[in-house]
Amino acid sequence: MPTFVYMTSCDGCGHCVDICPSDIMHIDPTYRRAYNIEPDMCWECYSCVKACPQNAIDARGYADFAPLGHSVRVRRDEEKGTISWRVKFRNGTEKNFLSPITTKPWGTGYPELKDEPAPSNEMRDSQHLYSEPKYIRMDDGDVHTLESNKLKMKLGVYY
Amino acid sequence: MFTTNHFAELSATISPSVMQAYVILMVLLVAGGTLFDVIHKQSAKYFFRKGKKSEQNAVRNVSGGEKVSLAVKTTVSDVLTSSEFCNPKRRVAHLLGMYGFVIYLIATIVMVFADPASADSPGIWPFLWAVGALMVCVGGYWFWFFIRVDVSSEGQSPFRVIRADLFILSLLASVTFGLIWAFTQSSGGGVWSMIFLGLYLIATTVLFAGVPWSKFSHMFFKPAAAYQKKVAVANGALDNLPRVADRTDPEDRDRHSMELLKDAPLNMGLGIKREQPRHY
Repeated sequence: MPTFVYMTSCDGCGHCVDICPSDIMHIDPTYRRAYNIEPDMCWECYSCVKACPQNAIDARGYADFAPLGHSVRVRRDEEKGTISWRVKFRNGTEKNFLSPITTKPWGTGYPELKDEPAPSNEMRDSQHLYSEPKYIRMDDGDVHTLESNKLKMKLGVYY
Repeated sequence: MFTTNHFAELSATISPSVMQAYVILMVLLVAGGTLFDVIHKQSAKYFFRKGKKSEQNAVRNVSGGEKVSLAVKTTVSDVLTSSEFCNPKRRVAHLLGMYGFVIYLIATIVMVFADPASADSPGIWPFLWAVGALMVCVGGYWFWFFIRVDVSSEGQSPFRVIRADLFILSLLASVTFGLIWAFTQSSGGGVWSMIFLGLYLIATTVLFAGVPWSKFSHMFFKPAAAYQKKVAVANGALDNLPRVADRTDPEDRDRHSMELLKDAPLNMGLGIKREQPRHY
């Protein structure tokens, strides 16, 4: 169920833009309100739903279970760690769900990739990466890492 | 600059009645622009339709007294302290801009209408005028260069201008040119003073005449929307949102997925709010 924004409720704070892992929550160039630019590419992680302080983001149900006329409203309470869903069907049937927010406490969820050894040539040539030659620059030869390219991650990014 | 009624000095060139007529014209433009906004965008229609829907979905009646109390709460919390902003930087910038603009506006009206021909009795108003304008500048430029979502979240250039910027840009231009005009007038006047007076008038006219195209009328709509939101919570309609979960309630604890939360602390901390994700 991809997300969408009620633009009259959105105040353009940008929390959803900041947090969207798919980079599809953008700011409307005319009205400075958030909107989902590519619902087809939505990962349905609902980070934006949880992050929106105005409750302006909801999910659009798929037609097989929630045809036209439905509504899916979401309310989160970070302090209690709960996220509640209210699904109203076209015929008036209503379902309510309550789920935990499983966001880990800050400082406990880093993958510590910096401690991992640099990838070897064998890994580079592995069939697991057969579809990504462009991004790992296989045609250039050698193994490309941040260090070999003299790059540094920005502050706040943990690998 | 902080002690002189600049409009009194200006009265040597421009008649006080012309200045007063200009202020009245600006007030009329705001009123007319807001009405046009209400009719053209059908915002009032939407607002009342939403209110009706909230009444239909209400699970309890909200008494008149409660409505008055909600209106007071809205004024104190949402209007006077801008509590809707969850980002403290945005809130402070907004409060600086709002209070600065109100002080600046009242001081302007008093200085133009009280006795613009007399430079001797300005009292505290010129000081308040300058302080108000400076507050708008601090809040406004802070917002423009650092807090604006296009810049802070989307990494756009702070100099990229879109239509939604009409209000903030004309407001900033108005107070900035006003301050520069006051400064050049205090330091001897001359051509520069007239140039900045011209720019000040242009920016101010754009600010007040641009209401139908700018964000100016949010000053009137936002409090109404905040009040409506509070009524929707009080009458149980909740804008169709699910009710707030209470994990101490056994009924809630037994609801779907709650087994995962049974042993979790009651206050889970700030989660997503702990740090602004600025990782692009």
